[in-house]
Amino acid sequence: MARYLIRRILLAVVTMFAVSVLTFLLFFAVPTSPAYVMCGKQCDAHAIAQTEQRLGLDKPIVTQYGEFMKGIAVGRTYGTGDLAVKCDAPCLGFSFRTNEPVTDIIKRTLPVTVSVVVGALVIQLVIGVGLGMISALRRGTAFDKAAVGVSLVGASMQIYFFGPILLLIFVYSLHWLPNPAYTSPFDDPFKWFTQMILPWVTLGFLNSAIYARLSRAQMLETLSEDFVRTARAKGLPKRKVYARHALRAAITPIVTIAGLDLGGALGGAVITETVFGVNGLGRTSVNAVNDLNLPVVMGTVLLAAFFIICMNIIVDVLYSVIDPRVRLS
Amino acid sequence: MTQTPAGPHDYAEAPAGGLAVGEAPLGEPGEEVVAAGGKAIVGRSPGQLAWIRLKRDRVALVSGIVLVVMFILAIAAPLISKLYGANATDQHSDLLDTSGYPLGYLGGISGSHWLGLEPQLGRDVLMQLIYGMRTSLVIAFVSAIITVAIGIIIGIIAGYAGGVVDSILNWVIDLVLAFPFFIFCLAAIPVVTDAVYGSRGDVSALFRVGLIIGVFACFSWTYPARLVRGQVLSLREREFVEAARAAGAGMGHILFRQLLPNIWAPILVVFSLNVPSFITGEAALSFLNIGVVEPTPDLGRMINNGTSFLQTDPFYTMVSGATILILVLAFNLFGDSVRDALDPKSSR
Amino acid sequence: MTATASSAATSGVADDRPYLEVDDLRVQFKTEDGIVRAVDGISFALPRGRTLGIVGESGSGKSVTSLTVMGLHNAARTRITGSIKLDGREIVGLDDEQVRRMRGRDVAMIFQDPLSALHPYYTIGKQISEAYLVHHPGRKAEARKRAIEMLDRVGIPQPKKRADQYPHEFSGGMRQRAMIAMALVNDPSLLIADEPTTALDVTVQAQILDLLEDLQREFNSAIIMITHDLGVVSQVADEVMVMYGGHAIEFGSVEQVLRSPQHPYAWGLLQSVPSLRGNAEEDLDPIPGSPPSLINLPSGCAFHPRCAYKMVGGGPCDLEVPELLPTADAGHVVACHLPENERRRVYEEEIKLGAAQ
Repeated sequence: MARYLIRRILLAVVTMFAVSVLTFLLFFAVPTSPAYVMCGKQCDAHAIAQTEQRLGLDKPIVTQYGEFMKGIAVGRTYGTGDLAVKCDAPCLGFSFRTNEPVTDIIKRTLPVTVSVVVGALVIQLVIGVGLGMISALRRGTAFDKAAVGVSLVGASMQIYFFGPILLLIFVYSLHWLPNPAYTSPFDDPFKWFTQMILPWVTLGFLNSAIYARLSRAQMLETLSEDFVRTARAKGLPKRKVYARHALRAAITPIVTIAGLDLGGALGGAVITETVFGVNGLGRTSVNAVNDLNLPVVMGTVLLAAFFIICMNIIVDVLYSVIDPRVRLS
Repeated sequence: MTQTPAGPHDYAEAPAGGLAVGEAPLGEPGEEVVAAGGKAIVGRSPGQLAWIRLKRDRVALVSGIVLVVMFILAIAAPLISKLYGANATDQHSDLLDTSGYPLGYLGGISGSHWLGLEPQLGRDVLMQLIYGMRTSLVIAFVSAIITVAIGIIIGIIAGYAGGVVDSILNWVIDLVLAFPFFIFCLAAIPVVTDAVYGSRGDVSALFRVGLIIGVFACFSWTYPARLVRGQVLSLREREFVEAARAAGAGMGHILFRQLLPNIWAPILVVFSLNVPSFITGEAALSFLNIGVVEPTPDLGRMINNGTSFLQTDPFYTMVSGATILILVLAFNLFGDSVRDALDPKSSR
Repeated sequence: MTATASSAATSGVADDRPYLEVDDLRVQFKTEDGIVRAVDGISFALPRGRTLGIVGESGSGKSVTSLTVMGLHNAARTRITGSIKLDGREIVGLDDEQVRRMRGRDVAMIFQDPLSALHPYYTIGKQISEAYLVHHPGRKAEARKRAIEMLDRVGIPQPKKRADQYPHEFSGGMRQRAMIAMALVNDPSLLIADEPTTALDVTVQAQILDLLEDLQREFNSAIIMITHDLGVVSQVADEVMVMYGGHAIEFGSVEQVLRSPQHPYAWGLLQSVPSLRGNAEEDLDPIPGSPPSLINLPSGCAFHPRCAYKMVGGGPCDLEVPELLPTADAGHVVACHLPENERRRVYEEEIKLGAAQ
């Protein structure tokens, strides 16, 4: 187990390294002149050169990458003399637009995204998985048919269509809910909750549809397994057969998928946050992309990749805990 | 085994032996029994059987018709434009009120503009939808074809070569999967555009479309590659491939004559999953203003434009959103039916 | 099907009242393609301490029969008529809860593939004690003790240690032993074994069958052994019922059915068994054709399309369903239109020599 983990983490580090190199190349080698992009149209050649020097963009790309990585590890200093700006570890640079450290931007916006994603995850696990399991147990009934139909439409529905519909109904027409925004739950839990309902429901419901389909298929497959028949042959009551034997086996792959989804949740959050105008990491990165605010984009991409890689490891370990047949070695 | 059941089990692997074919399971005793019995239809290939099952499926029929209609609309867009008397780019500003909203009800529906006009610019919504579908379908299909092609090639190489090549390709797949696909897409597209066009501004529509397709293909080949690799690994040990090898068949013959015909079914399934996901992916990019650029009509960008008028002219957003929904739903339903037809054991 | 096999079965074991009595059992499923008549009028009786072998191809209805006795059919889609009496108590039409209470306690079952029949996520010990706990609620410590005791009894070494292992850590034979331990943990009076040795090596097969016989002597339980393997039947069964297309087509003592079978289908089964003493050069004779569709059984005798001795063209085989009628041998009943002397002659002259002799 320990050896497996070490090997796994080493591999993850290598992968993370490769991701960072590729991302770095894309952002700092591909564009004609990052300094030009950063400086904007009003800059003359002199200003651009100054910027390049301050950011170290005149150095060879390998050195630039080295400095960038060093910045993440121990921090770095941009520029020299009076103009020197210290950037503490983990340093991801400064926003081209506001000069705010990227790390601060992430710290500010990440809780918003976590709020959106975790709330939606709760909905999709409770409603999605619950619906799928129940409709599998009631296969062929009106309930099942309705659930299958709804989840089919839901799985084809898009956030950028469903979100506006809900906005139109609940905010603009009925005025039941405030316009979505983010308030820290520690400041005003009620406000946080009411403002977050719409993003949660939108993202959560659409994902529920996908999870319902998945869980239903998984549960149906499990119900036809021999060990479920064995459980019934023992004389176990239905409730126990389903809860202890069928559910236990059917839920395992869903846990895995939910873990991997959580790792990649930032992608879904981008659209949700944009639809509702919530200033999370996703919306911030979209804005940064549209401004070609490279350090912010770079930071987001690296962070997102880090999440994905971490969740992969966590899911693997979790799987070995749930399923005794999987031995990590 | 002389048994040739016409039941739903032929596509699954042949039963292991003699009389010990699986007994009726607890849940669905009927199906197994039917499978064992079945009508004595002899000598149908899995493909033919799948086709027969598909033809019987009413959902497949309806969704198939919807898709065909949409394809025809998209292909015949210029012709329709001529017959209908409006195109996707003309601005009918005379039909807008002073604040830029279409005159009349429901976004300005009229005899000459069946689905009304776009707020502010006054373009015909129906033609925008039809041309937008064209954009979606072209991007989705080309991306899916390229994705699957790359996947097949890499999967076959990894599965057939094995050893170091396989390990390296596997690691590359892991690497690509570690990339946050969507975020990377939306980061890469403007950066590459900037690298090519710099400050010159005018980005050609074709370049942007090509770039989107390229980015999709770059990140989506992993799944078909894994699938093909797995299939190749299990198939290359099977007797018919061994036999071909023993008979002195060349690598090319084994790959294209022996292996490919045996993996087309899962590939078709991947393809049917990819197309709708590329449609939604492209629309999402355009919704975020990173997709296809003006003036090429695009469904995602229509929704994005519409959200600014959500309170004043919701019809515009609803029409474009519904079009994507119908398109994707039809693809998903049809894809499900194809999957069921190919693998009758799957339970939907 | 009135001159039923029950008389045959009871005659074998003096005045002992049968533990299981099945009378004119019919099981039908509704499917999209039509009604499947999986079991169509089966009758037999089985006293404690005796073993009934049910033989047939897949789809012959043998497994459905046993699942119905266990009450493990899908109630929503299945229609059952006839009678199943367990220790004199009718269980057809009994409500689910009462059948459940009896399941695992009075009747237990062993399945074909022990790997898939055991839950992969629970230890063997836990799965066995769970079976005990269902019918002895609240006695946790006792259940564990009992599980270890049973593992020991079925010949699993170091039962204490093995109880804490998972099914995938057991070998195939050991898994089936554990399965048997689980089935016997409540001392059931009737044990249904559905192809218990099919998934196992031949050497392990023999051990498992020996074990079952030992345990039967010890617990005096009745056993239904479902199999397609005539070797298994000859080793463990007292009576044999041959099934085809949902019907019983031959019933008798193991001697009668295996030594002097009278139904052409039973001949076919015998001929498709390889023999150690037979001619190695000679090909096995598989039964031509495929098992019939249970939705649309062939008219008359369900076996007639595959039968080499059929009498058609005005003859009864494709028109009338043959009844299960007694033969000259007491207790041996056969459902075949061929005259009995003809059947005896064909078997003696054409089949016996080619078969396992």
